[in-house]
Amino acid sequence: MSKILMIHPDKCTGCRNCELACSFRREADFRPGATNVHVFTWEREGFSVPMMCQQCDDAACARVCPTGAMYSSSDMPNVVQFDAAACIGCKMCVVACPFGCVNYDSVAKSISKCDTCAGAPECVAFCPNGALEYAEDVDQTRSRKKAFASKFKDVFQEVR
Amino acid sequence: MYGWTGTTLRIDLTNGTAKREATNMKLAHEYIGARGLGGRILADEVDHNVDALGPDNKLIFAPGPFSGTFAPSAGRFNVITKSPLNGTIAGSNSGGNFGAEMKYAGYDVVIIEGKAAKPVYLWIRDDKVELRDAAGLWGLNAHDTTDKVREVTDEDAKVACIGPAGEHLSLMACIMNEMHRAAGRTGVGAVMGSKNLKAIAVVGTGAVKVADPEAFKAAVLASRRKIQEHPVGGAGLKAYGTNVLVNILNETGALPTRNFQDGYFPTADKIGGESLAAKQLVRPKGCFSCIISCGRVTKVDNPEYAGIGEGPEYETAWGFGADCGIDDLDAITKANFLCNEYGIDTIAMSSTVACAMELFERGYLTLADTDGVDLRFGNVPAMVEMVRKTGEGEGFGKRLAEGSYRLADSVGHPELSMTVKKQEMPAYDPRGVQGIGLNYATNNRGGCHVRGYTIAVEVLGNTATMDPRVTEGKAGLDIAFQNLTAALDSSGACLFCTFGIGADELAGMLTALTGVEYSVDEFIKIGERIWNNERMWNLDNGYTSADDTLPPRLFEEPIKTGSAKGEVSHLGEMLPEYYSLRGWDEAGVPTAEKLADLSL
Repeated sequence: MSKILMIHPDKCTGCRNCELACSFRREADFRPGATNVHVFTWEREGFSVPMMCQQCDDAACARVCPTGAMYSSSDMPNVVQFDAAACIGCKMCVVACPFGCVNYDSVAKSISKCDTCAGAPECVAFCPNGALEYAEDVDQTRSRKKAFASKFKDVFQEVR
Repeated sequence: MYGWTGTTLRIDLTNGTAKREATNMKLAHEYIGARGLGGRILADEVDHNVDALGPDNKLIFAPGPFSGTFAPSAGRFNVITKSPLNGTIAGSNSGGNFGAEMKYAGYDVVIIEGKAAKPVYLWIRDDKVELRDAAGLWGLNAHDTTDKVREVTDEDAKVACIGPAGEHLSLMACIMNEMHRAAGRTGVGAVMGSKNLKAIAVVGTGAVKVADPEAFKAAVLASRRKIQEHPVGGAGLKAYGTNVLVNILNETGALPTRNFQDGYFPTADKIGGESLAAKQLVRPKGCFSCIISCGRVTKVDNPEYAGIGEGPEYETAWGFGADCGIDDLDAITKANFLCNEYGIDTIAMSSTVACAMELFERGYLTLADTDGVDLRFGNVPAMVEMVRKTGEGEGFGKRLAEGSYRLADSVGHPELSMTVKKQEMPAYDPRGVQGIGLNYATNNRGGCHVRGYTIAVEVLGNTATMDPRVTEGKAGLDIAFQNLTAALDSSGACLFCTFGIGADELAGMLTALTGVEYSVDEFIKIGERIWNNERMWNLDNGYTSADDTLPPRLFEEPIKTGSAKGEVSHLGEMLPEYYSLRGWDEAGVPTAEKLADLSL
C-alpha cells in the first residue's frame, strides 16, 4: 500500500503552518522561497487553498526531464522522486508541471519539489485544521465521503 | 542574526527618501521587538509635545522576533505612534500576514517620518523601496485599495492601508491589513492619513533564521500541544470565535448594556457566538502561523444587510449589539463589514453610537444634530446609518468620528462618554468584574482590555480562578497580566496563546529562536520595563493619577439587573495597592529606584 496527500480546502484557515513546516524541514529556517507548499487566500471570499505536488502517475516533470533527475520508481510508488546530483538546472520540469508545483529556488539555485518528507510529510503534521491529510490510497477519499455521508445521515434521520 | 533581521527601514515622507540602518540590538534585546522596541524608539525620537497629526509625529510598524516563524499564532505586528485621540503612547496590534512579510522583506522596524506633499503609497520588495503616487487610491475603501495596490505591485503583496476614515483624520480610524485585520485602537489610522500615506505593500523573499532549530521546534511543538489541549485556545475560539463571550459575560452580569446603563442584556443570546455560528459562519480563519483560528468568515443573506467578510468579534457584537440595545445580528455584522471597509475601530465606533443614543434620549442631542435620525437605543437602521455617516465623513458623522468623549463634551456631558483617557472601554463592565476596571483605569493607552486581560482569571478561569466581584488580589493580578502581555506583544505572539501557555513557554521559544538567553524572570521584567516606559511617556504628556479613573457612572450607578445587580466599581480600593506594587509613589509616578532597576 502507499499513501496520497489529500487537500481539504474547506478546512483550510489560511494559516500557512504547512509552508512554515516545509521551509523549516528543508533549511531549518523560515524562507518563503524554500517551501514546496503554497497557500493562496482570496480575502474577499475568505477562502484558502494549499497547493502542492500531486505526485502524478504520468508526471510531466519526469517526462520532460532530459537527465532522468526527475523520475518515478517502484521503491516509492506515488512519489515522483528527484535526484539533485543528476539535475542540470534546465528548469524544463518547472515549465511542464501543469500545477506549477515544481519550483526553481533562485536562492539555493536548485529545483525544489515535494518529496513527502520520505513518507512523513511535515506539512500534514503541522496543519492544525486537518486540511492536509496523508492517507492510504485505498482510504484517500474516505474522510470526505464520510463527511458528506454524515450530512445525508442527519437529513434522513430527520425525515424518517 | 537569529529571530531579528538586524535591519530597520526609515522612510522620510517629506523628502521622499528611504534609508536602511542597523537595528539597535541592545534595545532589541531589552525590549524584544514590536510594541516594546517601537515604544522605546518613539520615546527616544519623538518629543512628547508634538502634534500627533503633524509631520513631527512618527508612525512605527514593528513585528516581533516570532513573526515569520512557526511559533504558534505569531503573526502579530504593532503600530506605535503618539495617539491623536489622547496623546498617549499609542500602540495598536494586528494579525494577518503583514508582520511576517515585513520580516521576510528584511525589517525588524519600519519608521515613517514627515509628511508627503501629496497622497503616496509605499512599496517594499525586499531592499527595493519606492514611494509612489496614490492619487488614484485616495477615497477608496480599504478593500478596494488593497485590490488596486496589488494590481500595480504584486498580486500577493501584503497590504496595510487606511480607508476613508483615516483620510478624514477620524480619531477612531484604523490601519487595515489584508482587508479584514485591523490595528484598530488609539486612532493610528488618522496618523497615517495625516502623513498622506494611503497604503504600504510588502513582499519579502528573505529568511527568518533560527539559532537552535532543534530546541525551537521542540519548544514550539510543546507550546502548540498546550494551546490545543486548552478548552478555550484549542476548541472554544475556533468553534465560536471571540464572540463566544457574549453569553458568558451576560451570565456574569458584566455585559455593558445601553451605554453602560446596565450590565445585563436579556436577548444577548441572539448576538452571541453560538448564534453567529448557526446563522452566518462560513468558516474559521487563521492569521499567519495561527493554530487557534478565532477569525470568522461570515456571510449575511438578509438582503438589507447582505455581504461577505470577517467578524464580528466579541467586542463588535457587544458594541453594536447590547451597548446600542440591539439584538439584530445581521445588522451588527453589516456594521462590522462597513467598519472594515471604511477603516474604523469597531469598539470606538459602537460605543460612540451608544453614547450618542443616550445623549439623544436625554435630549442633549436633537434631530437637528443627528441629521433627522431618531437615534434611540434599539433603532437598528439608525445604528448602521451612523457607521456609514462616520465612514463617509458626512453630516453628524463628522462629530461621531471624533469619538464619544469629544461628542459628549461638546454638549456639556463628558460624563456620559464611556471612556478612559478619552478611549472607549471594551465589553467588560468594571462593576461586575473589578479587576478589569483597574486595568482600564491604569492602561497606558486608555480604555483597553487586551493589555491586561484579567478576564482570563476573573471570568474564564484560565489558569486559576478569582471571584470577579472581589477587589482583594486584583492589583497583583492586573500587574502580572499587564507585564506578561507587554512582553508577549513585543515578541510577535498573539494574546490568545495565553490560553495554554505563559511566560515559561514564551521565554523558552524566544531563547531557542534568538540565541539570546531569556529567563522567565527576565521576560517578565522586560514586560515591566515596557509598561514603565509607556507610563513615563504619558506622565511627560501631562497625565496624572487623576486620569487613572473610570467614568463616574461606574462608581455612582449600580448595575440594575442580572447577576451583578447592585454592584459598582471599587477602583479606589485597588489603585493605591496597584501603585505600591508597581514601585510607584502615591501619585502614580515610578520611583527613581524602580526606573534604575528597569534601566530606564
